[in-house]
Amino acid sequence: MSETTDLLRDMAERLFGDGCDKAALAAAANGEWPKALWTQMEENGLTNALTPENAGGSGLSISDALLALRISARHAAPVPFAETLLASWLAAGAGLVAPAGPLTIAPASGVDVPALTKRDGGWRLSGRARRVPFARDAAAIAVLTADGAMPMVALVDPKLCKIENGKNLASEPRDDMVFDCDLAARDVAKAANGVDAHTLRLFGAAMRANQIAGALSRVLDMTVQYTQERVQFGKPISKFQAMQHNLAMLAAHSAAANAAADMAADAAEKDMDELAIAAAKTRCGESASVGAAIAHQAHGAIGFTQEHMLHFFTQRLWSWRDEFGKESDWALLIGRSAAKAGREKIWSDIVTA
Amino acid sequence: MAQLNFAPPPPNTEATERLRGEVRGFLAKELAGMSAQKRASSWGGRDPDFSRKMAAQGWIGMTWPKKYGGHERTALERYVVLEEMLAAGAPVGAHWIADRQSAPSILRFGTEEQRQFFVPKIAKGECFFCIGMSEPDSGSDLAATRTRAVSVEGGFRVNGTKIWTSGANAAHYMILFCRTDQKGDDRHAGVSQFIVDMRTPGLTVRPIYDMSGYRQFNEVVFEDMFLPTSALLGNQGDGWKQVTSELAYERSGPDRFLSTFTLLIEGFGMLANRVDDRAAIALGRIIAHLMTLRRMSRSIAGMLQRGEDPATHAAVVKELGTSLEQEMVEVMRLLIDAEPDGSSNNPYIAVLAHTIMSAPSFSLRGGTREILRGMIARGLGLR
Ligand SMILES: Cc1cc2nc3c(=O)[nH]c(=O)nc-3n(C[C@H](O)[C@H](O)[C@H](O)COP(=O)(O)OP(=O)(O)OC[C@H]3O[C@@H](n4cnc5c(N)ncnc54)[C@H](O)[C@@H]3O)c2cc1C
Repeated sequence: MSETTDLLRDMAERLFGDGCDKAALAAAANGEWPKALWTQMEENGLTNALTPENAGGSGLSISDALLALRISARHAAPVPFAETLLASWLAAGAGLVAPAGPLTIAPASGVDVPALTKRDGGWRLSGRARRVPFARDAAAIAVLTADGAMPMVALVDPKLCKIENGKNLASEPRDDMVFDCDLAARDVAKAANGVDAHTLRLFGAAMRANQIAGALSRVLDMTVQYTQERVQFGKPISKFQAMQHNLAMLAAHSAAANAAADMAADAAEKDMDELAIAAAKTRCGESASVGAAIAHQAHGAIGFTQEHMLHFFTQRLWSWRDEFGKESDWALLIGRSAAKAGREKIWSDIVTA
Repeated sequence: MAQLNFAPPPPNTEATERLRGEVRGFLAKELAGMSAQKRASSWGGRDPDFSRKMAAQGWIGMTWPKKYGGHERTALERYVVLEEMLAAGAPVGAHWIADRQSAPSILRFGTEEQRQFFVPKIAKGECFFCIGMSEPDSGSDLAATRTRAVSVEGGFRVNGTKIWTSGANAAHYMILFCRTDQKGDDRHAGVSQFIVDMRTPGLTVRPIYDMSGYRQFNEVVFEDMFLPTSALLGNQGDGWKQVTSELAYERSGPDRFLSTFTLLIEGFGMLANRVDDRAAIALGRIIAHLMTLRRMSRSIAGMLQRGEDPATHAAVVKELGTSLEQEMVEVMRLLIDAEPDGSSNNPYIAVLAHTIMSAPSFSLRGGTREILRGMIARGLGLR
């Protein structure tokens, strides 16, 4: 670990720890924009982490950016951090300058791709995108569309679009959008070489894998602490072997999620290796399911309440495991590619991923 | 606080990948024509000739000092050899224990004389070891050992019985765990380990057949067996410290998640071009787990190389790894329409039968699932 990485880790822990107390998380779940937290993130150079320094960003490595993202998820930060990273990465790759403020991307989910056509020295974008994260809060949406077969990035002001508010299980905005707007030539450009809808989905999956790892590590800490405090039958429930074994499995799944998220971060940093990211999202999704279930069981009824913090994390885990491809989607890709490679090559593909 | 951090594993280098190529070339030649069912035995398959050939390549004792016949290569290079062997189903069982834990223990705790005598022989693939820990009344509760070594002139006299000793009939030596002093308040005190020549008078090996009819393991009985003082491994009374320091080596390797890899490969072979979506999802998920486990296991190899003691991490890898191996059997069964039959000519059907019958042992040998979960819980500070 380099020294900058250590500094970044400390800064992010402090920033998100301070900015994500229970009141802040509850307010965000009620639809309030967490302005103070976002300003802190901007001032500390997190929001433009993936914008190169010469374009005014902080130019972090992808793996450092994903580390900061993982820490934000450890605190259930109710902000479009992943989405802003994705959008600024898309924009910077296309040579576009995104406005200040929170950003998001489309498409994030489903098969719809808004269509792009040339019009009067500019462009026209039309079509739909479903469940766009934080669309209502975004200063701009980086839409990955296409001019014929050429992947293009369009920066769109959400005020030009029809937005129908929706949300995921954790009440994070997931808005349906209708695009039918004219765009200036300067807001549309070819995507960076090799970047297409699949790459965006891969990077999104790598982000969600890291968020799952972060949130689950917090769930583990909370559960260990709770079982040491809660007394039944005259002793802390952590002293019962059945509880210890369940917590051991929670820890094992949390460790596996962290390792898988690291694998995704390495791949995103290096070459967006499809197999590594697919495996990471599959593995993290499974950890999310098993881990959340164990945590709720260990917390008893109190963990089932709005009053308790646990749900801020488990509801995110239940949402994030489905976003940018759920376990079965990515496992399907891995299985098909193994079948195509054939039995002789399965092992060498595992090793080179 | 409770987090178990698996640091990034050391990266592959040109040297590791060149080595990988050499191992694959060697295996293609040495394993040509080996049946799938034999490959499915994984590190349970013993072939002393194969072990000697591996040794001749410098692939046993890879990380040990050259002056003891080792090759001073990195933990990661060793890892490459191990995982390639396991993925191919090579019969590495004869030397596996000696390479994985006996020689490392001798190097760490043994006298200079013991190091010079045993380690070079092990590295040459000429000296195999077995583990004498379990007893009829002492399984998970290792400290309950009843085998006793009593001080006599010039050494010790040993009485007792070891059981489930894998490969005792083929091994040259055993590392014997037993009690050397009266049991006191500290049940972990007063135990020691000895290096026992399997030809020592008073030592008898009796076969125990597993439920498939294989001679997997044995009973080893000691009747007034005399051991010279020089057979003591390290200091008298250090037995507990010694066995617990082996755990990370014993539990973290690729042998804890690749021992059913042949089943996966034969399953793909059987399905051939009939991998439908349901099969692709189920098999893809297994591969995702394997890739993650491999990263965790390689991370531990890095920790061991740095001299850390990742015993809890190793318990996590073994528990997740053996659970996956056992689950893999169920996944394959439900995907492929075939009934397991060990005598079938169809490689998948024969391997499935073999794997179903060996799977229960994965979460017993080397520490049971329940014991591992207890260890992880201890690592979390719950006990
Ligand atoms: C194929 C195979 C090869 C082996 N090879 C060797 C070898 O080479 N050398 C050697 O020394 N041993 C060997 N063993 C033995 C192995 O280490 C033991 O089987 C293991 O330690 C468990 O001991 P046991 O079988 O006596 O079961 P027990 O300890 O009696 O356990 C029975 C059940 O009770 C559970 N249990 C026990 N204690 C607790 C507890 N405190 N909390 C919760 N549950 C508990 C166990 O998890 C298990 O489910 C081998 C075993 C197998 C199956």
